[in-house]
Amino acid sequence: MSFGPHLFLALLEGTVTAFVLALTALGLSLVFGVMRVVNVAHGEFFMLGAVLAWAVSSLIPASPALGFLLALIASPLAVGAVALLADRLVLRRLNYAPEATIVATIGLLYILQQLVLTFYGPYARPVTAPISFRVQFPWFGYSGYKLVVIAAAAALLAATWYLLMRTRIGLVMRATQYDRETAQAFGIPVERVYSGIFALGAMLAATAGVLIVPIQQAHYLMGLDPLLLSFITVIIGGLGSLRGTLVAAFVIGISDGVISVFFSPTLAKIIATLFVALVLVFRPSGLFGSARA
Amino acid sequence: MTLRLAGIDCFYGNVQVLRGISLEVAPGEVLCLLGRNGAGKTTLLKTMIGLIKPRAGCITLDGRELTRLPAYGFARLGIAYVPQGRRLFAELTVEENLTIGLMARGSGDEARERALALFPALRSRLTQISGTLSGGEQEMLAIARALCLEPKLLLLDEPTEGLMPSMIQAILAAVRELKSQGVAIVLVEQRVESALSVADRIAFLETGMLRAIVRPEAVHADPALVQHYVGVGPGRR
Ligand SMILES: Nc1ncnc2c1ncn2[C@@H]1O[C@H](COP(=O)(O)OP(=O)(O)OP(=O)(O)O)[C@@H](O)[C@H]1O
Ligand SMILES: [Mg+2]
Repeated sequence: MSFGPHLFLALLEGTVTAFVLALTALGLSLVFGVMRVVNVAHGEFFMLGAVLAWAVSSLIPASPALGFLLALIASPLAVGAVALLADRLVLRRLNYAPEATIVATIGLLYILQQLVLTFYGPYARPVTAPISFRVQFPWFGYSGYKLVVIAAAAALLAATWYLLMRTRIGLVMRATQYDRETAQAFGIPVERVYSGIFALGAMLAATAGVLIVPIQQAHYLMGLDPLLLSFITVIIGGLGSLRGTLVAAFVIGISDGVISVFFSPTLAKIIATLFVALVLVFRPSGLFGSARA
Repeated sequence: MTLRLAGIDCFYGNVQVLRGISLEVAPGEVLCLLGRNGAGKTTLLKTMIGLIKPRAGCITLDGRELTRLPAYGFARLGIAYVPQGRRLFAELTVEENLTIGLMARGSGDEARERALALFPALRSRLTQISGTLSGGEQEMLAIARALCLEPKLLLLDEPTEGLMPSMIQAILAAVRELKSQGVAIVLVEQRVESALSVADRIAFLETGMLRAIVRPEAVHADPALVQHYVGVGPGRR
């Protein structure tokens, strides 16, 4: 393949990575932005989404498309329920104290990982893509499913933005983010808002996990990479800044795609990590974060 | 609605900040709290809106016990709070701040119209980010946001802090207007003369203890009272 088409392929791959990353990182960013909780177990919600997608879709072996569709709805809901449980049983009891919740979510990470290892096993299992057509470009054919992933992730990002910026629930969430105490004085049940945000963040990660599993296979350790990349994204974008998170997801996703295709995925991770170090040195509050963040 | 506090003790960690506070505010009454910096005025207001839970004592509203009600339940009962330093949702617009005020209770658009009628200057700024308002406008918004709840009891923590005289008069006029509508008001005020001009009763707070509750006439008759409890003369602006 000559350079032009090769670059086009790299950009396509990068765009898929970017959209899935944006979805995952948005969840992490929301939870940090509103609750000031650094959720180290965020990648496990992604992994749980993928593993549950396998479990759900294998219930209907006759129709991969139907099974996948069912997984796309059921798996995030189940993960949201797990997150609600974790919020009630752990985070709320710690009063959402920043340091304590870091340690607690590390614990949650291992609990979820080991539970999946126990009940699902150490396998990497594929899920059949719901559609199998290939889009034929002049130079190469490309997975139609990956284009569906882009569209689905874009729709979910838009829906989340709409929820936050255009609905009453979103307004309540933002008010809680800016001033928790005053929000309470105006009748906002802050703890319920926190539960909702934590579940929403987990469901975004889980949906990303479901979308990725026909491309990547479900495995109990698959949460680590998205966790690392999400952290990188959120730090570069500026902690708690949604716009920054989205922009950073695209910078990282596309550069990751390009470098992975032309050189190697490992080099892509090295460069992204180096970039974070530089951002932390020269712009500690991130590219889009305000100074007080 | 009559709010009654009986024997309230409050602590931050192991430090006691309020000691055995008992007082009462009735509809259409303005109770002014005076006291030095750190006397516990803000803490007392936060106790009245449920943000701080007393370690001892009880709070009742028309006989209904509120002591253990979660903080978000107070607004629904018609208690509204204008915090010290305004505490607007700074990155939300003026309109969005008012919308938050309308959520817990009240008659919606009607309440919003009445709040804006009291502070017409806000009307032309509805789409502005509230953090970019001037200090006076921010204070007006903080009060308007509280009025959106159509409160029966309004808690105001130093609403005239750092404002120019005409703005102070506008806010005191609003307080008188609300009082005439039968709202019970607790006002924390550093300016003794402002306090005297609107108060029905004045409560002196000193290191967490209620030293005296007097009528304004008593202070006019004996200016040394203020000197005695707050440490400044009534001439202070
Ligand atoms: N969150 C807190 N943690 C610990 N101590 C606090 C806290 N808030 C207030 N205090 C202390 O409680 C005491 C009373 O504070 P409070 O804010 O109620 O005083 P105030 O009368 O409102 O003062 P000012 O006139 O300066 O507003 C002070 O000594 C203060 O240092
Ligand atoms: Mg104070």
